[in-house]
Amino acid sequence: MSLQSPETRHIPDRLGTPLKAAIFSWPSLLLVVGVVLFIVNSLASPYFLSPWSLSDATFNFTEKVLIALAMALLIIAGEIDLSVASIIALSSTMMGLALQHGAGTPELVLIGIVTGLICGAFNGFLVTGLGLPSIVVTIGTMSFFRGISYIVLGDQAFKGYPESFAYFGQGYVFWVFSFEFVLFIVFSFIYYLLLHRTNFGRQVFAIGNNDVAARFSGIRVERVKFILFLLTGLMSGIASVLLTSRLDSTRPSIAAGWELEAVTMVVLGGVSILGGAGTIQGVVIAALIMGLVTFGLGLLNVPGIVMSIFIGVLLIFVIALPIVFRKFRNRRR
Amino acid sequence: MSSILKLREFWLAVLIAALVFATDMRAPGFANPGRLSGIVEDSSILMILALGQMVVILTRSIDLSMASNLALSGMIVALINKAAPGIPVPALMLIATSCGLLLGALNGLFIWRLGIPAIVVTLGSLTIYRGVIFLIAGGQWVNADAFSASFVAYTRIEFLGLPLLIWYAVAVVAAFVILMSRTSLGRSFYAVGVNPTAAVYAGIDVGRTTFYAFCLSGLLSGFCGYLWVSRYVIGSVEVARGYELTVVAACVIGGISISGGVGTVAGAVLGALFLGVINGALPVINISPFWQMAISGAAIILAVVLNGRGAKRSQRLILRQAEAAA
Repeated sequence: MSLQSPETRHIPDRLGTPLKAAIFSWPSLLLVVGVVLFIVNSLASPYFLSPWSLSDATFNFTEKVLIALAMALLIIAGEIDLSVASIIALSSTMMGLALQHGAGTPELVLIGIVTGLICGAFNGFLVTGLGLPSIVVTIGTMSFFRGISYIVLGDQAFKGYPESFAYFGQGYVFWVFSFEFVLFIVFSFIYYLLLHRTNFGRQVFAIGNNDVAARFSGIRVERVKFILFLLTGLMSGIASVLLTSRLDSTRPSIAAGWELEAVTMVVLGGVSILGGAGTIQGVVIAALIMGLVTFGLGLLNVPGIVMSIFIGVLLIFVIALPIVFRKFRNRRR
Repeated sequence: MSSILKLREFWLAVLIAALVFATDMRAPGFANPGRLSGIVEDSSILMILALGQMVVILTRSIDLSMASNLALSGMIVALINKAAPGIPVPALMLIATSCGLLLGALNGLFIWRLGIPAIVVTLGSLTIYRGVIFLIAGGQWVNADAFSASFVAYTRIEFLGLPLLIWYAVAVVAAFVILMSRTSLGRSFYAVGVNPTAAVYAGIDVGRTTFYAFCLSGLLSGFCGYLWVSRYVIGSVEVARGYELTVVAACVIGGISISGGVGTVAGAVLGALFLGVINGALPVINISPFWQMAISGAAIILAVVLNGRGAKRSQRLILRQAEAAA
């Protein structure tokens, strides 16, 4: 991870009022972008403003955002996990293997989640137990976990999951609200509480800002980081259950490239890639924005790869804009 | 002598030799010159890319856009070759290289001028550059029959018994040995990575040096764009997808520290060669190629564990904090 040379920080004479701070905060800025996109979308396509098509749109991001929530905490704590998509592949493969041996729906779900936890624990051990840089460790485990899927599956696929298993990825809880969407709401709320309303959340911020100072103030840095890796593994396991259920099959290439999409979501959500700052609200809104963009452009028959240009530009633009703005303002001062 | 034994590059070379030897025991004929040159040929592109990634990592950054840059530059020359087969190949190489340089400089500008972390910028350009390939090619592939004979030949012609592709890699490696050890730019990459604050006091422009590192990685990605398209005779959106992390893997196995300032040309070359030997050996000893990914993953983890000096890392962290406070 790149470290910038120390800069002198501008300290304001007076703190802004809470209302002003809330209006000019990152999530509000994102919200404006989101609303604009929503309006543009509904003007551009007549099919956009229907409850069912909006409900379909949520499937684009619900699984990814579950990972992004845990990833946000990890990045705030100054670490990263690039192996999340591979954990999905491995969990899915393990579920497929269990299916071959006659496992029912409850066992499948359990196996998927436990596999995710084990992978997370493995990452956590390498990073916190051995003190290795997470970006390299998880590039390694990224190949390793998915590699195991390839060893098991080769060019084959597991298919034929039970009927009841399909509920997780395809079922609806109430009217247009899919099980995935409800899970997304529930987990967003849980992660909001965890990061912004608990001691644990404060510790995550403290570690991300200065892990030496955090250690000296009695925070068990290694333990907190380990838990964060466990959480990321857990969420990847859950995402794997959802995705496997939705696709009704397992291939080793499942969820390829999702690690970078999850990181994009987190960074777009205003979490500092250098750690120490960020909000869950931002990540959730960023996920909604990415969902809106992909779905809206999809309705206009824009190919997926062109959408990715848009996401990439959005990522750089949204991060560069405040910096350019600040530079401009500082120059005037 | 004892200093050689302490070099991790030495042990990596020993490991590679042992790997070749062991494979040769299982499948006699593996260690013959023809086969080995084939393996070197297969790892040539990875070697060149690893050297580009090395300078970036040395300056405490990372370039995730190398594979997309490669694919875009490759696609551009593929399209030019299809439209105008008459243009000589060296000119196309130059076009691919300068296209790569431009894309790399674009990354570098954002990182240098706006101070956005490299991982964010290159994460963005990774998707953007690959999307642009789709746009300029209109979603089409450039198939094998669309290339002129000389376009394909310029990586295959043999010179002193070895294909040109290997000679390109040799030339780049030689240039890097000189760059990293004999020029002030090469030394400043190390200085910036080891201690940016000290580098500033030593009169090195940290931002500009990082910018040059990205120019260099872009330039090499562009050059490899031609090499890749010429070697595999295909231009498509999918070219080298996901390869950026293989390049980082080669660097890590070669002992280049992700926290910057530590790494050698020999390490990057051997790291790439190591992955190449594994890929070459697996089919020979009848292991399914599907094992390849898990094995290179395990190799990366092992390399990091062996490299890891956990205690030292946290000490250095304290030092770094102290510098920041001073």
